[in-house]
Amino acid sequence: MPKPEEVKYTKTHEWVHLGAEAAVGISDHAQHEMGDVVFVELPKVGQKLEKEKPCAVVESVKSAFDIYAPVSGEVTAVNEAVTGDPALLNQSPLDKGWLFKIKTSNPAEGETMMDWAAYQEFIKQAAH
Amino acid sequence: MSTATTLSRTALNETMRKYGGKMVDFHGWEMPIQFAGILKEHEAVRKSAGLFDVSHMGQVFVTGADAFKLLQKINTNDLRKATPGKGVYSHVTNPNAGLVDDVIAFCLAADRYLVIVNATTSTKDYEWFKSQAGKMLVKIENKSDDYSMIAVQGPAVPKMFETFAPEALKLPRFGIVEKDIMGEHCYVSRTGYTGEDGFEVTAPHSIINQLWEHLMELGKPYGIVPCGLGARDTLRLESGYLLYGQDVDDFHTTYETGYGWVVSLDKGDFIGRDILVKQKAEGVKRRLTGLTLTGGVPRSGCKVFMDGKQIGELASATYSPTLKKGIGVGYMVPPDLKPGAAVEVEIHGKLVKAEITRVPFHKGTAFNKNIGA
Repeated sequence: MPKPEEVKYTKTHEWVHLGAEAAVGISDHAQHEMGDVVFVELPKVGQKLEKEKPCAVVESVKSAFDIYAPVSGEVTAVNEAVTGDPALLNQSPLDKGWLFKIKTSNPAEGETMMDWAAYQEFIKQAAH
Repeated sequence: MSTATTLSRTALNETMRKYGGKMVDFHGWEMPIQFAGILKEHEAVRKSAGLFDVSHMGQVFVTGADAFKLLQKINTNDLRKATPGKGVYSHVTNPNAGLVDDVIAFCLAADRYLVIVNATTSTKDYEWFKSQAGKMLVKIENKSDDYSMIAVQGPAVPKMFETFAPEALKLPRFGIVEKDIMGEHCYVSRTGYTGEDGFEVTAPHSIINQLWEHLMELGKPYGIVPCGLGARDTLRLESGYLLYGQDVDDFHTTYETGYGWVVSLDKGDFIGRDILVKQKAEGVKRRLTGLTLTGGVPRSGCKVFMDGKQIGELASATYSPTLKKGIGVGYMVPPDLKPGAAVEVEIHGKLVKAEITRVPFHKGTAFNKNIGA
């Protein structure tokens, strides 16, 4: 399980654990803002994703949220557990609530994303 | 109008924040959408007890020799059913039989009525009542700014009220009793918008925060939780209750909503009656119809298809925490779809299988016939 400090964050509140296979999920802040997650629609294994394009949907009781691919690449794995038990996104957004893994086609894309400190600052700014 | 600085606040605003309410703009009112979470709050109300600030709701008092006459004229339901100490759920209609509002009209005494109106429509209702009174001997007062309201909802609530308001326990559904609470004149009714048994307390602002704390204390043994508008919406939609402005408005009639039982054609004349007589004879062209999904969460505005052809769109839709499925209601053409009929709902550009479902989707304890007996 990656620590919150070990992953990078997007402005659309996804986290990505960079590596040959990049794991993607939603931030703890995001799950808190969404409220109870009740439905998750994931991309398919083998699907090609493009950075910043919507590729999954997370629905809370209140509303629907698009999930954007943090990096480009091919989906190598999806977390079937969250489709069966969407509450995992609330309970464990960085671990059991991961969404999918991408074989990144352009590792350099990860470098522009926020680290933990920058993301905290980003949330604080957005709140004002 | 809807900038953050102009939001109306209820007298409970600070208490809602203290309890962790996540505040949102609800039609110009700053109200809590949730506290611990919609699912937890929803479950608490279905299984035990929940507390809601519903002070945005309006109170219009109609008094005088012609109070009954006026209310009978502007309502679809028969006010003769509302004997002193009782209320009726009713629709206030315009000349086209569209809804000015949906209300609960309580008879406090033969010449004294309390009408609980929606937040967004209280001024409109008040003006409408006045315009229809003409020369009738009636006083109409919009006291929405003078009263707060707390809804205490759930199967454990009668037990909570055993010492607090024993006289309220004998009330039937839609019954009302006037009672001094903390030195102030209050109204306690056996009503609510959740589908569960419970009460709504209309009280002046001066005691409302103290009353909230007292009810939280009384509910502690039952695990009472503060609830927001999010749970209020999932609870009411499961119960098939209408949301004015979303499910019904000035341009839809009572028969089209499927609430025909609210219309008393035989009570004598009332506004919009001729249109309703005609609609009853000819049948409606569209009807608010329920459906249940196999997957995904439908939202207001989603299109509904049958055999590839669009038959309507959803007015209200959400995830049902009780059924653990998506549910929704919308005006469908044809109006006589049978429960179980296969339809499809378009969600994010994809068609999801659904079936026509009888409303209410879920019957809580409020649907028990022997309440108060």
